[in-house]
Amino acid sequence: MNTAGVRAVARVRACPDGRGGTCLPVLESDGPLALRRTRGRGTEAQVLLVGAMSGPLGGDRLAVRADVRPGARLRVGSAAATLALPGQQAGEARYDVRLTVADGGELHWLPEQLVSVRGSELLVTTRADLDRGARLVLREEQVLGRAGEEPGRLTSRLTVRIAGRTVLDQQLACGPGAPGGWDGPAVLGGLRAVGQLVVVRPGFEDKPVTARALGEGAAVLPLPGPAALVTAVAPDALRLRRLLDGASALFGPASD
Amino acid sequence: MSRAALLVLADGRFPAGGHAHSGGAEAAVGAGRVTGAASLEDFCRGRLHTTGLVAAAVAAAAALGVDPVELDAAADARTPSPALRTAARKLGRQLLRAARVAWPSGELDALAGTFPKGAHQPVVLGVTALAAGLGPADAAYCAAYESVSGPASATVRLLGLDPFDATGVLARLAPEVDEVVTRAVGTAREAVGAGVDALPAASAPLLEVFAQAHAGWAVRLFAT
Amino acid sequence: MHLDPSPSHGGPAAVSADVRRPDGGRRALRIGLGGPVGSGKTATVAALCRALRDEVSLAVVTNDIYTREDAEFLLREAVLPPERITAVETGACPHTAIRDDISANLEAVEDLEDEAGPLDLILVESGGDNLTATFSRGLVDAQIFVIDVAGGDDIPRKGGPGVTTADLLVVNKTDLAPYVGSDLARMAADARAQRARLPVVFQSLRGEDGARDVADWVRERLAAWVA
Repeated sequence: MNTAGVRAVARVRACPDGRGGTCLPVLESDGPLALRRTRGRGTEAQVLLVGAMSGPLGGDRLAVRADVRPGARLRVGSAAATLALPGQQAGEARYDVRLTVADGGELHWLPEQLVSVRGSELLVTTRADLDRGARLVLREEQVLGRAGEEPGRLTSRLTVRIAGRTVLDQQLACGPGAPGGWDGPAVLGGLRAVGQLVVVRPGFEDKPVTARALGEGAAVLPLPGPAALVTAVAPDALRLRRLLDGASALFGPASD
Repeated sequence: MSRAALLVLADGRFPAGGHAHSGGAEAAVGAGRVTGAASLEDFCRGRLHTTGLVAAAVAAAAALGVDPVELDAAADARTPSPALRTAARKLGRQLLRAARVAWPSGELDALAGTFPKGAHQPVVLGVTALAAGLGPADAAYCAAYESVSGPASATVRLLGLDPFDATGVLARLAPEVDEVVTRAVGTAREAVGAGVDALPAASAPLLEVFAQAHAGWAVRLFAT
Repeated sequence: MHLDPSPSHGGPAAVSADVRRPDGGRRALRIGLGGPVGSGKTATVAALCRALRDEVSLAVVTNDIYTREDAEFLLREAVLPPERITAVETGACPHTAIRDDISANLEAVEDLEDEAGPLDLILVESGGDNLTATFSRGLVDAQIFVIDVAGGDDIPRKGGPGVTTADLLVVNKTDLAPYVGSDLARMAADARAQRARLPVVFQSLRGEDGARDVADWVRERLAAWVA
């Protein structure tokens, strides 16, 4: 038995290909994390993260790095939801996502949901470091348990920096053993799906997004920088996705 | 270190504007999520371990001398709702006004000079604790306790909740306030060397979502 | 004329009701208007704005109880440009915001001076409250308490801090007296008894220039303030 758990780092780097498109000089799969290039739209390269759905298991240390260079456009999705599962050995699993986007680069980071399965323990950290002039659309969705199931222990931290300034730093801890009140009326209130959509556009500097509530489950929140957060909570993954998709449409086409 | 100074600073009647805020309780009551003492307790517990922890850690770090400008930016990043950022700065400004009369000090004057329209309230709280001869744990206690006492007293007005029951909620949460303060001071000490990223970033999605909805209510008793 | 005595506390300047602004200039005279719900505070403020706006630079702070209605009424009536009207939220406790914890109101008056100034006069209107609600001397330099004849002609007799200590007592809606059976003479006698030599004005805002007496009183205060 592998008592240390799996250690894997998958990497992708996007650069302009010199013909108006985007090439991927680095596309490295590792262990359970496989990256596949798929047909992209227009000038962007598209990558699918596959195989991550069986993990992470307890004890695993998984990481994904995406680096978008000036002028490149990259879209990353995943083939299916990621399940956090209890491992053979005790101890939490870790899943680290590190995203960097240079001035004039654009990254769409749109993985499928992360499902916290009963008995699992996972710490997810997502950190996006953007240069001034970079663009980002990042969606994260956490689902607490499969249908009707108690969730595992999930801690998720999301940090976004623009030109060295942290504009968003948020951690959500839920499931058995999380600090009290996580399922109460201030935090999740019995809802089982929670998500964030971060949009960074240089144009927001001059024309900031307007704050607004979207019903009782979501809000559009301009951050202290050229960025906005949509935070949403819903009874299940499907309704959460609808809320985030609806909010996403409010930002309109990226013309700046 | 004066224990009585802590009582002055933590007094619910300290004139720093807190009475006009419900800490999200008004929105939660409006949505039917807080209906009595039991759900108030759940609400307060969740707030304590999320925004209460963050506020306590920021206050403790300020009392330890961490740069207020960096702390204010860290508080901004941990407060995605613009309605809550605005409220936190307003409350910080109001606290600073009261604190400068109560405990005149160069640090408070300097803070007022740097932030004429107010710094996040926990930042001011930490510097005020210093000026009052208090320490980081005292500052954290004020912030952590305030994170639950505000919603509790507001709910008495909003629901006609029995005030004894509301006070009972606060008494039952006291051991958890102690825990939060211990964690907050620990991370604040880390932040002295490692920078403000070491501070906790615990968030409460429903508080954020409801804060924005509440800001748009035409008729409400509380500012937040 | 009695004003807040010169600041005697040892604290820093310009944190409370000091008469100087941080830049050394004289701050605006602040007059509070308090009184029970529906007695005509907002209507009096509106009438004062119309009477005085061509003579002095003025602004208004409203303290609504649970809405922004008073501020919005003044905006709708266009008695002043919008940047000269600010609403303070009071957390269901209007008397707290004008007496026990005046921090939000002080911020509002200072912001008005910074952003719409220089100002000669700021009217601070309290949310409707009870007969005990008075303004802190840390917030206003003088206060007007507004009651009306329809609220019962025994209010002056009952007294209370608002009726007995306000710098000016206004008995409003005198035109309604015959309809509600209020005895104006009795109200006047009771008010005199309660207030020693402090002034009382009976007014109806239905007529032309209905706030004339109150406006004259404010002018006197202003003259003393800048003297």
